[in-house]
Amino acid sequence: MNLELDAADRDFQAEVRAFIDAHWPDAARAQARDTVAREGRPSVVERAWFDALVARGWSVPHWPAAHGGANWSPTQHYIWARETAHADCPEMSPFGSRMLAPVLYTWGSPAQQAAHLPPIREARITWCQGYSEPGAGSDLASLTTRAVRDGDHYVVNGAKTWTSGAHHADWMFCLVRTDPHARKKQEGISFLLIDMRSPGIEIRPILILGEQHTVNGVTLNDVRVPLANRVGEENRGWTYAKGLLTHERTGIAGVARSQVALRRLRYLALANGLDDDDVFATKLDELEIELLALEMTELRTLATVEGGGAPGPESSILKIKGTEIAQRIDDLVIEALGYYALPYPAPQLIDNEGPIGPMNAVPAIRGMLYGRAASIFGGSNEIQKNIIAKAVLGL
Amino acid sequence: MDFSFSEEQTLLKDSVSRFVHNDYEFAARQKLVKSELGYSRDHWRTFAELGWLGVPFAEKDGGYGGGPLETMLLMEEFGKGLVVEPYVPTVLLAGALLRIAGKSAQKERYLPRIIDGSLQAAFAFAEPQGRFNLADLTTTAKKDGEDWLLEGYKCVVLNGPSADLLVVSARTTGAQRARTGVSLFLVDASAAGVSRRDYPTVDALRASEITFENVRLGKDAVLGRVGRALPVIEQAIDEATLAIGAEAVGCMEVLYKATVEYCKTREQFGQPIGKFQVLQHRMVDMFMEYEQSKSLMYMAAMRMAEGYGDEAKKAVSAFKVQVGKSGRFVGQNAVQLHGGMGMTDELNVGHYFKRLTTVDTLFGNVDHHLRRFGSL
Repeated sequence: MNLELDAADRDFQAEVRAFIDAHWPDAARAQARDTVAREGRPSVVERAWFDALVARGWSVPHWPAAHGGANWSPTQHYIWARETAHADCPEMSPFGSRMLAPVLYTWGSPAQQAAHLPPIREARITWCQGYSEPGAGSDLASLTTRAVRDGDHYVVNGAKTWTSGAHHADWMFCLVRTDPHARKKQEGISFLLIDMRSPGIEIRPILILGEQHTVNGVTLNDVRVPLANRVGEENRGWTYAKGLLTHERTGIAGVARSQVALRRLRYLALANGLDDDDVFATKLDELEIELLALEMTELRTLATVEGGGAPGPESSILKIKGTEIAQRIDDLVIEALGYYALPYPAPQLIDNEGPIGPMNAVPAIRGMLYGRAASIFGGSNEIQKNIIAKAVLGL
Repeated sequence: MDFSFSEEQTLLKDSVSRFVHNDYEFAARQKLVKSELGYSRDHWRTFAELGWLGVPFAEKDGGYGGGPLETMLLMEEFGKGLVVEPYVPTVLLAGALLRIAGKSAQKERYLPRIIDGSLQAAFAFAEPQGRFNLADLTTTAKKDGEDWLLEGYKCVVLNGPSADLLVVSARTTGAQRARTGVSLFLVDASAAGVSRRDYPTVDALRASEITFENVRLGKDAVLGRVGRALPVIEQAIDEATLAIGAEAVGCMEVLYKATVEYCKTREQFGQPIGKFQVLQHRMVDMFMEYEQSKSLMYMAAMRMAEGYGDEAKKAVSAFKVQVGKSGRFVGQNAVQLHGGMGMTDELNVGHYFKRLTTVDTLFGNVDHHLRRFGSL
């Protein structure tokens, strides 16, 4: 038992650092930082970074090698996540690369794989996820968006909600009900790929707490989807969507991102007159200890997977603890800002007079507000606890 | 990075686990703690025969050649059985001080007897005014010709009632809380001027208040360098902190699992109470606290195994903070979810809770280690 990286992993780390230095220089970093609100498409500097990743074969390292993955060990994935987070490298949208792709390369037809995996790998196309509905949130399997066969098409009618990035997306992967009479509600669901340019799709923005436009309501009125765009068998979509949940637990805790955020928070506290504040210092130290524990829990999971085992029960806590810690950091950022936690300029606005208060106050407020979603999406933390109670504790 | 255990480590863990499972059933343990001695000499002999009393000592000193990882594995298993034999005071405190600071004559005199089980020892370091500050000492040792005269009072000396050998920290120079001027002395527990008041602790161990009145010690009684003992004490206490933390992790595992089992079988309102979501989520929280503690246990043990320095100290303090908070949460909620049964002396649950509560205090509580973590 030891925490040291072995020689091969140290070499890999050096290789990653050199790659980042070459393709994500400080100038790009600064430019990305000064972009207050990000549009759905990569900015120029982000595009250059993604192109470099594609050329190096590192854009989707976690995929199987046959589809363009990097064949890394779990330790290498961990090193990659840590180094890129500490350098603020842009991340690919997870919807295509992390959520849809595993379904496609596991259950998709060769034609679907050939059509959709390369553009995701090259970050040339964006996907959104059509899961939640106004009446189906945590109880996702009660979804009612209906798909009825009509020749070689499905005709889809219904409404999806909280659809992140629908207003930028080229495609949507979508759960629809194909058999309303199935014995169990989970059994009548299919998994469809829907071209967002299809007639009958309407997108309505939903402004979230920071007044940003990231999520949408999407209505589907007689949208025609070729049968060829169904992934796997009809009525088996729930199985595929659920299978996706067991993929890619590593990284879900966001340890590296939280480490960076906590380091920034320490600087912020110093810059805001909290250097002598013992109470605040104690809060930071408590948070750091929790984050150390989470990092070790992730490493334990990683080690099990690396040894060829299935992730142990400890892996189930990564999402809950990861989001709790990230949200706690956001809270303390707001505390650290003092009165400058109050100004609330329009999200897109950078005027010639510069920011009101410290530069980092601008994204902090909206970051905190947006961050509240982390314990709600992807299965709320309460749902996560239901799952652990059942699957791990056998209750 | 490597999270696997060697074959030897696995064998050690399995052998302790077997002992706890086969020979340390709760009812038998309760008989032991009510006996005059408070633990079993037979068990102690078994520990010696199986080599456990030599785990942290070098092979050239007759030990097993283990380190923090081995101690962690052993203590985690001890925790599952609430083992009361004085392993920590004898082997991990007095033994560690001798191992780290002892001259070869001192090691030769005491270590073989610790390892073969014939010597019981204790470390008298705490004083009423000092709380968790290891340097805050009013006990003094003054030169008298070639000899030393020891004078002072030590509180809550674990294993004091059974100890043949006392290792005592005392101030030889400097102000009451100065980091230098602290020395260690080896004191025969039956020496003239040593008097004890013995009592049980809340977690069924035995301890003593010990008064030293003009105790005359020869120059051979000095352990380590005169006036320079504090770093040695800190290391021994950090090793022991890791050990009792691992013990607490073992306690937490037993408690969260026992609580889950109880809630599956206990029926109220016509169904097992484990069907109620409010209890399910509480148990998930208990499980998460246990896992997070276990993670930091591994980190602390690995950092200590890398070598004793600031990284290791920081890791031990982080672990102790986590264990203090988690132990309290898991212990209190195990009692809560067992309801009235959890309050009984008859059920094992409350006894694990009592041990977890004392582990938080021992060698510095959450607040102490949080401050130390921040200062390193």
